[in-house]
Amino acid sequence: MFQVRIHGRGGQGVVTAAEMLSIAAFREGRHAQAFPSFGSERTGAPVVAFCRIDDREIRLREPVMEPDALIIQDPTLLNQVDVFGGLAKDGYILINTTRTFDALGVGEFVRGFRAEHLCTVPATELALKHVGRPVPNAALLGGFAAVSGRISLASVAAAIRETFSGKIADGNVAAATEAFEHVMKEIREAAHAQAN
Amino acid sequence: MLKQIEGSHAVAEAVALCRPEVICAYPISPQTHIVEALGEMVKTGHLSRCEFINVESEFAAMSVAIGASAAGARAYTATASQGLLYMAEAVFNASGLGLPIVMTVANRAIGAPINIWNDHTDAMSQRDCGWIQLFAETNQEALDLHIQAFRLGEELSLPVMVCMDGFILTHAFERVDMPAQEQVDEYLPPFEPRQVLDPAEPVSIGAMVGPEAFMEVRYLAHAKQMRALELIPGWAEEFRSAFGRDTGGLMHTYRCEDAETVVVALGSVLGTVKDTVDGMRERGAQIGVLGITCFRPWPAAAVRAALARARRVIVIEKSLAVGLGGIVSTNVRTSFSGSPDAVHTVIAGLGGRAITRSSLARVFGKALEGRLEPLTFLDLDAALVERALAREREQRRSGPIAENILRDLGVVAARVG
Repeated sequence: MFQVRIHGRGGQGVVTAAEMLSIAAFREGRHAQAFPSFGSERTGAPVVAFCRIDDREIRLREPVMEPDALIIQDPTLLNQVDVFGGLAKDGYILINTTRTFDALGVGEFVRGFRAEHLCTVPATELALKHVGRPVPNAALLGGFAAVSGRISLASVAAAIRETFSGKIADGNVAAATEAFEHVMKEIREAAHAQAN
Repeated sequence: MLKQIEGSHAVAEAVALCRPEVICAYPISPQTHIVEALGEMVKTGHLSRCEFINVESEFAAMSVAIGASAAGARAYTATASQGLLYMAEAVFNASGLGLPIVMTVANRAIGAPINIWNDHTDAMSQRDCGWIQLFAETNQEALDLHIQAFRLGEELSLPVMVCMDGFILTHAFERVDMPAQEQVDEYLPPFEPRQVLDPAEPVSIGAMVGPEAFMEVRYLAHAKQMRALELIPGWAEEFRSAFGRDTGGLMHTYRCEDAETVVVALGSVLGTVKDTVDGMRERGAQIGVLGITCFRPWPAAAVRAALARARRVIVIEKSLAVGLGGIVSTNVRTSFSGSPDAVHTVIAGLGGRAITRSSLARVFGKALEGRLEPLTFLDLDAALVERALAREREQRRSGPIAENILRDLGVVAARVG
C-alpha cells in the first residue's frame, strides 16, 4: 500500500487533489481510497486529505499516520502544522514553492532523505499561468507523478478531465504537464549532483 | 460498471436506479451530497417520473415521505444527527403506519456539544422506533443496501433506515460496482402497496387505537420484524446470485472458525478491525470478527450461533448509553451463551475520534491477556478528564465543560488525525 497525505489550506483544492489522485490510480486498475480530514473547513484554515493506493481492496479507515509521500500545497504550513509527522526517511516530499528546502528552513529536517525524493514545484505560479487562478492542486499532482513514479502523467490528466471540463480542465492539464517536466528536470539534476 | 466516486454519489445513483417517485430533503451534513445529487438528477431529467420536494425541516421531510408513501409512491429521504432527532415523532409514525419509506442516515454525533463528525448516536437513538436498521461497511455495501432496502421494506410494508458512516463513507472516494438499470429492475419489482390512499377506493390510514387493540397492533409490528429476520438471509442470497456480491444479510463473520475471541462491530470501522485482526492472527492469536449488518431487527439466533465457540467478546461501538455503557454490547449480551462478564464494551470513535489499528491492537491485546475492563473508552485523554474534574472539585462555578476543555487543550488545527 502507498499512502499519500496532502496538506494545504481551505480553498486550495486539497480534498479535490486527493480525489483526483484516487481517480488516476483507479484508471490504472489499482484500488484507491481518498478522504478528507473532515474538519470544519474554512478558507485559509489548515486542511488535510489522504489517498491510499494498493493492488488489493483497501479496508483501513484510519487517517494516514505514516505517509509514504507528502504533498504540501502551502509552505507557510511548515511552521504551523506537524506536516512531516510519521514520514519515513525514504519518503517523498513535494512542496509548492519557488524556494529551496534550505530556504524554507527544513533543510536540517530532510538531511538523510534521498535527494531525488525531495522536490519543489512552483505550482501556484503554474496554475496562475495556465488556469488563471491560484489553485495549485492539479499542478502538484503532475509533480507527484514525476517524483513518485507511482502514477502516470496521462492518468493524472485523465483524472483532471473527469473532474473538470472545458478550459479549466485544459488549463489544469497544462499546469500538471509543466509541473511534471519541472520535477523530472529537478530529479535529473539531483541524480547528476549525486553522481558528481 | 466499476466507478471511482464519492460514497454519497454512489448512494444517490443507487437510489435513482430504484426509481423513487418522491424524494424529500432538508440539508444537513454529512448527508447533503446525496440529496443534492438526486436533486440534480431530477432537474436534468436523468431521474424521470420523480418529484423532488424541498421541505422546510426534517420533520416536514418525514411527513412528506409518509404522505407520499401512503398515496402509493416509492418515497426516499436522507438525514443525519439532529435532523433525525427533529423528525423523530414522524419516524415513529412511519413505522407505526407500516409505510415502506427508505431513508439514509449518514451517521453523525448528537450535540451538545455540537459536533459534525461521525459516530452512531443518531441511529442508535432511534433503535426502538420500529424501522429496520441496516449498517454499511463500505460504499459498495451502502449502495447495495439501498437496493435491498426498497425490496425488503415494500415486501414487509416497513420503513428501512440505511446507516452509513458520515464523512468516513459519505465523503470517501473509492471503487464501487454500479449495477445496470435492467439488473435493478429485475431485482426490485414496482411498488405494490398493502395499503393506499386511493380516491377510487377510499380508506383512512392512521386510526386512533385504544387499550382494546393497541397491544395487538404493536405485537404485529414486532412479528413483522421477526419475519424480516427469516426473509433477509434468503434475499441476500438472491442478491448475491443476481449481482455477484455478498453484501447485506444479517451479519458477516471473518476468521471466526477457531476464534476464542470475537470482535463485534457495525459499519465502516470493520475494515480497520479486520486489518488489526489479520496482524494479530499472524502472531498466533485466535481472534475473529463479527460484523452486524442488520441491527434492527436484532438477529439474536444468528449472533448466538456465531459466538457459540467464543470465550471472549469485544464490542467496539460508536455510541454511548450514558449511565449504562454500550448499546450494541447490551444487545450482544442477550445473545451470548457464555458469561455476560465475558462481553467487553469498548466505546470508540465518538464525535469523529479516529479509530486506529494501533489503539485497537492494544485493546485487543489486553483482552487476550484477560486484562480488559468491562467498559473501556478507547484513547480517552485521562489527564484532560482529570483537569475538568479537579476544576469542579475546586470551585463551585466551574463553568461550561466543553469550553473549559477546549481551553485546556489549546490549538488543535496542527493535528493530522
